[in-house]
Amino acid sequence: MAKVIVDGIEVEIANGSSVLQACEAAGKEIPRFCYHERLSVAGNCRMCLVEVEKMPKPVASCGQPVADGMVVFTDTENVRRARRGVMEFLLINHPLDCPICDQGGECDLQDEAVSYGRDTSRYDEAKRAVSQPDWGPLVKTTMTRCIHCTRCIRFSTEIAGVPELGATARGESMQVGTYVEKALSSELSGNLIDLCPVGALTAKPYAFTARPWELRKTDSVDVLDAGGANIRIDARGAEVLRILPRMNDAVNEEWLGDKSRFSVDGLKRRRLDQPWLRDGARLRPATWDECFAAIAARIKAVAPSRIGAIAGDLMDVESMFALRDLFTSLGSGNLDCRADGARFDASQRQFYVFNTSIAGIEDADAILIIGSNPRHEAPVLNARIRKRYLASPTFIGHIGLPHDLTYPAMHLGTDPSVLAALTDGSHPFAATLRAAKTPMLILGAGALARPDGAALHAAAWALAAQFNMLRADWHGFNILHHAAARVGGLDLGFLPAAGGQDTRAMLDGGVDVLWLLGADNADIAAIPPETFVIYQGHHGDAGAARADVILPGAAYTEKDGIYVNTEGRVQQGFIAVKPPGSAREDWRIIRAASASLGQPLVYDTLAALRTRLAAAHPHFAAPAAFRRLAATDLQGPAPGQVALSNAPFTAVAANYYQTDPISRASPTMAACVAAHSPADNTNFGLAAE
Amino acid sequence: MSGQTEPFTFDDISETAIAAAIAKYPAGKQASAVMPLLHIAQRQMERAAGSAWVPRAAMDAVAARLGMAPVRVYEIATFYLMYNTKPVGKFHLQVCTTTPCWLRGSDDIVAACKKATGIAQFGETSADGLFTMTEVECLGACVNAPILQINDDYYEDLDTARTEALLAALKSGAPAPPPGSTIGRHASAPLTGQTALRSPSQATQNAE
Ligand code: SF4
Ligand code: FES
Ligand code: FES
Repeated sequence: MAKVIVDGIEVEIANGSSVLQACEAAGKEIPRFCYHERLSVAGNCRMCLVEVEKMPKPVASCGQPVADGMVVFTDTENVRRARRGVMEFLLINHPLDCPICDQGGECDLQDEAVSYGRDTSRYDEAKRAVSQPDWGPLVKTTMTRCIHCTRCIRFSTEIAGVPELGATARGESMQVGTYVEKALSSELSGNLIDLCPVGALTAKPYAFTARPWELRKTDSVDVLDAGGANIRIDARGAEVLRILPRMNDAVNEEWLGDKSRFSVDGLKRRRLDQPWLRDGARLRPATWDECFAAIAARIKAVAPSRIGAIAGDLMDVESMFALRDLFTSLGSGNLDCRADGARFDASQRQFYVFNTSIAGIEDADAILIIGSNPRHEAPVLNARIRKRYLASPTFIGHIGLPHDLTYPAMHLGTDPSVLAALTDGSHPFAATLRAAKTPMLILGAGALARPDGAALHAAAWALAAQFNMLRADWHGFNILHHAAARVGGLDLGFLPAAGGQDTRAMLDGGVDVLWLLGADNADIAAIPPETFVIYQGHHGDAGAARADVILPGAAYTEKDGIYVNTEGRVQQGFIAVKPPGSAREDWRIIRAASASLGQPLVYDTLAALRTRLAAAHPHFAAPAAFRRLAATDLQGPAPGQVALSNAPFTAVAANYYQTDPISRASPTMAACVAAHSPADNTNFGLAAE
Repeated sequence: MSGQTEPFTFDDISETAIAAAIAKYPAGKQASAVMPLLHIAQRQMERAAGSAWVPRAAMDAVAARLGMAPVRVYEIATFYLMYNTKPVGKFHLQVCTTTPCWLRGSDDIVAACKKATGIAQFGETSADGLFTMTEVECLGACVNAPILQINDDYYEDLDTARTEALLAALKSGAPAPPPGSTIGRHASAPLTGQTALRSPSQATQNAE
């Protein structure tokens, strides 16, 4: 520890910290452009100058290590003059076009110019002009505004692991860019917009839409993958305009995947804003009462064992809980939240969550990825694996379609036969796993959806047990889900009751009345024509097209809801805007339906529902109290009836950008798909060789 | 002259040089050889296409060979002005215009180059494709200013007439005139003959 005196305040700080960190510890704010806590130190903007006793010149505090007994001054006349000088230089080539710049109102340069800028410019010469390269559909560039802080270069190289940005040429000619004009191929490229301290990089789909002070900000949770990234929804009036990440070190740090950030325009398109009822071959607009009457008539006409429900990938816990209650009271055990048709043993929580936890990845020293491409299925979590790989030597093995995962991973094979070779030690990676102290394996949810998913599940668990991943102090068995609703649904037991039918059986004609709760990703085409389909959801996607009754629900931005991410973390999102038209929050729809079915649910308010939820499942009572599970019970999941096959693993989705009704409705996501043809090095839609 | 789109593969001469360049660095640090490799690529282009430049395909080939991200190679190739990232003529006229050369008449040299080649601006290539003129900073030969570097050779002590003669010779296809001082000065000896050490030194006298 070093003792440092900052403006007369004494602070103790770890050796090796920078003077800037010492100043922050003392509560002094230091202006900065290039420095960022999560990136390497570049020290090139010089805005963070401070004075240090016995040093002849002002020093850049971000790059200066502390020394014991250092005396720092952050607000002397000298410091202020030096910063004013730096600001004047930064503004020499800056266009000062704030009125037409989207960063206005949330721009570091603008903010610092208030403190250190001059009221008039002394620079009469011509400003430098540079071209505006096209970086694809997401990031808009206005490189005349660039102050060469290199944050974007460091982010793409260090965090995203897709080094495509660089500073080419030098001096007055230096330009930040890709050199060869191309669309950015990182799934995390939207974060460049947040990182850029000026308006050089802004959101293309959001260009000239709003000023930050017009926006209403609501905290929520992302549902477009299972990582559970914390987000802020910015809305104006009835419209969600943009989604930004919120900081949560345990989950997403401060990053957000491009799909989660830029699918917002999908929330306005193809929406179901009123109930529909099938009339012969066509659907016609109907009233809620007509729909409920039709549902009641059909349900009452068949035996309880002939009705069933499948919950989809984006659902909140409350609506699944309400629908499960309704079906239980109707006497049906035909329930499944695994819309992808997976069959596996979910009898214990440790069988289906990401036990190591996302932050726990940073403690692993060997990682085995089975049947998953985390770069597409959970890009922010993938960045955590990369972070781990950069921090210390980590051995990573990958079984599945070969992909560029953004870190070096040894490709062990494309099919489950590798598991046997690891078990009997004949594969060289077995020695790596054996030598590791904190090994972990990640089994993709896509692998669980295979016909032999249960056998894979059991084999992976056995592997975990064999390689010392299941211990009281370390749980290295992980399922990486790609559906935000999945862990919540499994926690609730939205699963076939004893003798009940699972997703596959229900889709294949096992029921006469099928309630699809946002289950667009199920195999809708398999439903026989005579099945009466109730679709409850927010988008006119696959489910609504097949439905006999459509109950318009709310998207995740339009309701208060609880979601459980892949590691089992319970998080709550809040309503940002009202659902469109006569669409309603989903649990309310189910409550209303229950009344017309003569089995009214016992709760009328969300609070009452949650009280019941917490009583039935105590971990919903205290969402903040997330704990890693310890592997105490070593008895593994049941292997199911289908034997392990050697069919190669396949991709969960054809591409990263369109995986659910919201992103499929988004023009921005469609533009991303178009920009990244399969020939591109991102391996989109890579076929098995 | 080849363009940006043509593919690039190293030839045998380059391969030998690459092996030698990479061998200079410890295993795993082969990225350190990026500058020699870019130079090797530029030389190969000079041999093969008569224009010493590094097309993008060559930068990509260097990146692939050294296991680097292509953009890291682009950064280096564009940072150092001696890598030409655009095609240059057979004779690359690099005129020094830094203060000592300028004081000794580099403006005349620039004007002579323009006149002889028809080039209007720095960075341009003449219509016949023979000459490209660029402005460079001090070439480190100020004693014999002004300096015009043509490809790898320095022509020194120039004036308008001698520059025009030099360029005319190159244009005619005759073998390039010998590099060095164009007024016959030995190395950088004083123009007016020896000014120091004109008498035998004291030590030599004592020995006699
Ligand atoms: S584009 Fe933005 S983040 Fe990148 S170097 Fe320029 S100012 Fe910094
Ligand atoms: S923040 Fe210290 S130099 Fe940029
Ligand atoms: S100034 Fe021209 S060589 Fe030094």
